[in-house]
Amino acid sequence: MAIPVSYSFRNLWTRRLTTILTASGMALVVFVFASVMMLAEGLRKTLVETGSYDNVIVIRKGSQSEMQSGVDRASASIVETAPEIAIGADGRPFLAKELVVIINLLKRGSDKPSNITIRGIGEYSLALRPQVKLVEGRMPKSGASEIIAGESVAKRFRGAGIGETIRFAMRDWTVVGIFDAGRTGYSSEIWGDVDQLMQAFRRPAYSSVLFKLRDSSEFQKVKDWIEHDPRLTLEAKRETRYYADQSEMMAKFLRILGITLTIIFSLGAVIGAMITMYAAVATRTAEIGTLRALGFQRRNILAAFLIESMLLGLSGGLMGLFFASFMQLITISTVNWQTFSELAFSFTLTRGIIVNSLLFSLIMGFVGGVLPAVRASRMNIVDALRTS
Amino acid sequence: MKTRTGPIVEVRNIYKSYRRGTQTVPVLEDITFDIQEGEFLALMGPSGSGKSTLLNLIAGIDKADSGTITVGGIEITSLSETELAGWRATNVGFIFQFYNLIPVLTAFENVELPLLLTGLSRSGRREHVDLALKAVSLSDRADHYPSQLSGGQQQRVAIARAIITDPTILVADEPTGDLDRHSAEEILDLMERLVHELGKTVIMVTHDPRAAGKAHIIKHLEKGVLNSDVHSEDTL
Repeated sequence: MAIPVSYSFRNLWTRRLTTILTASGMALVVFVFASVMMLAEGLRKTLVETGSYDNVIVIRKGSQSEMQSGVDRASASIVETAPEIAIGADGRPFLAKELVVIINLLKRGSDKPSNITIRGIGEYSLALRPQVKLVEGRMPKSGASEIIAGESVAKRFRGAGIGETIRFAMRDWTVVGIFDAGRTGYSSEIWGDVDQLMQAFRRPAYSSVLFKLRDSSEFQKVKDWIEHDPRLTLEAKRETRYYADQSEMMAKFLRILGITLTIIFSLGAVIGAMITMYAAVATRTAEIGTLRALGFQRRNILAAFLIESMLLGLSGGLMGLFFASFMQLITISTVNWQTFSELAFSFTLTRGIIVNSLLFSLIMGFVGGVLPAVRASRMNIVDALRTS
Repeated sequence: MKTRTGPIVEVRNIYKSYRRGTQTVPVLEDITFDIQEGEFLALMGPSGSGKSTLLNLIAGIDKADSGTITVGGIEITSLSETELAGWRATNVGFIFQFYNLIPVLTAFENVELPLLLTGLSRSGRREHVDLALKAVSLSDRADHYPSQLSGGQQQRVAIARAIITDPTILVADEPTGDLDRHSAEEILDLMERLVHELGKTVIMVTHDPRAAGKAHIIKHLEKGVLNSDVHSEDTL
């Protein structure tokens, strides 16, 4: 049986100040690590949750996003005939032909313009996105210059509040409703009737066609048909896949940045832990000699000091995570580099990030503790006892 | 109680030297003697005479250059380091000058420590520790930390820890060296009781003639060489 963990724990507790100071260094590193991961996760979640698994988005072959895509009216009509598309309550295909345009709007309280996505919607657009709900006002009437704005847009952009008007595409558009799209990318959009918007922007083609599958397992079938029909130059993706692809570049960039930063920071924290543990070994030399004399093996001593150091790392990890969890209260708005439009998202803490952060802190503790622990385990018993 | 014939400790032709820089300093030269079971032996001698080294060799925490030491029928000089650690856990009880209790563990936990190396269950360990603490009259201090105990009490906890595994031998290095006269007296009485009532074999290094007076046999070491035995009555 080994030296009890309580021995390691109480030694940390006995020198609380040193423990807290050393753990704080590690906490800082874990904080940075967790925060960047939370940021990447928040971004991914916002974009992925924007899509539904059963929905299929059809865009022009080779285009990265709806914004770059164009689906002419004839192609859209061919897609509409696919038997795999679910049927809506009125007996028509559960499908929306949409237009996506980026415009510039001024933010409230500043003269700085920012890009915003305008989406031309069809009758089924709202129904295809169950996460989007009209919370105030009403839907735009077809044929009228009316729009509805996402909550985040209404809050942050000049003229986007209910009853206000925004001028774009040489028309004044009245905001008649506000929709809540949770944390999805739609909350950073403005929606209006697709036909009105196509006319105003003088666009001859839709950007995308979105439909719901009759049966989720038929995705491959409809995808093959769309992509191989000689009349069409389109590709079909599950909506979730489409948005995950959108988030990939930025999330990857954030992760690489985060990991690089934390590895550099962690060197400092590891050295801090090493100094603390070397000091602990030095002050407890007689204790180590006693434990060895009593019959504990070298490996027991090694384990006891490694556990102590890993507990030190873990307490730093918990401290860092505790502070990082408050980052969830912050919402960041930035440009989505793939669509060049405004995107609002929050730091998101997931179980995976918690596990990884704690694992990371344990590794820091282990690396910092291994050399001092080896020194402790290699002490000559008689020499160690003599220090008392 | 173990029943066996012959000496419990046999020390044969032990040589031990230390390296100090390029020089080799001899500490023990051709030491040979026996200790009988149930004997209370005191090792005396001036500083640097090698008495602590001899004690360390018998306790299996140091290695001799040559010669053999057999304790309880096991030749410990031929054991590997790992085997030696296992052997110490069940065969040697240590009593140190500065008690060497683990400061972050309570009296109970300190006494329990050697039992963690045995296969004893939690309840079995509790039973043993309670008995040992009772034997040193410290049952009421089980939950105290070493810093909350007097020097004499700490040494009593250390004795409880030394006897908890019912070891073959008890080794004590200046057990009264850090204690006032009254506490020292208590500790020596306790050690005497261990020998007389429990039949323990005790090997004690001491400078203190009063402590040595409690022993059955006193051996004097002078510059690494053992002088003839003196029975304690003769020194008093």
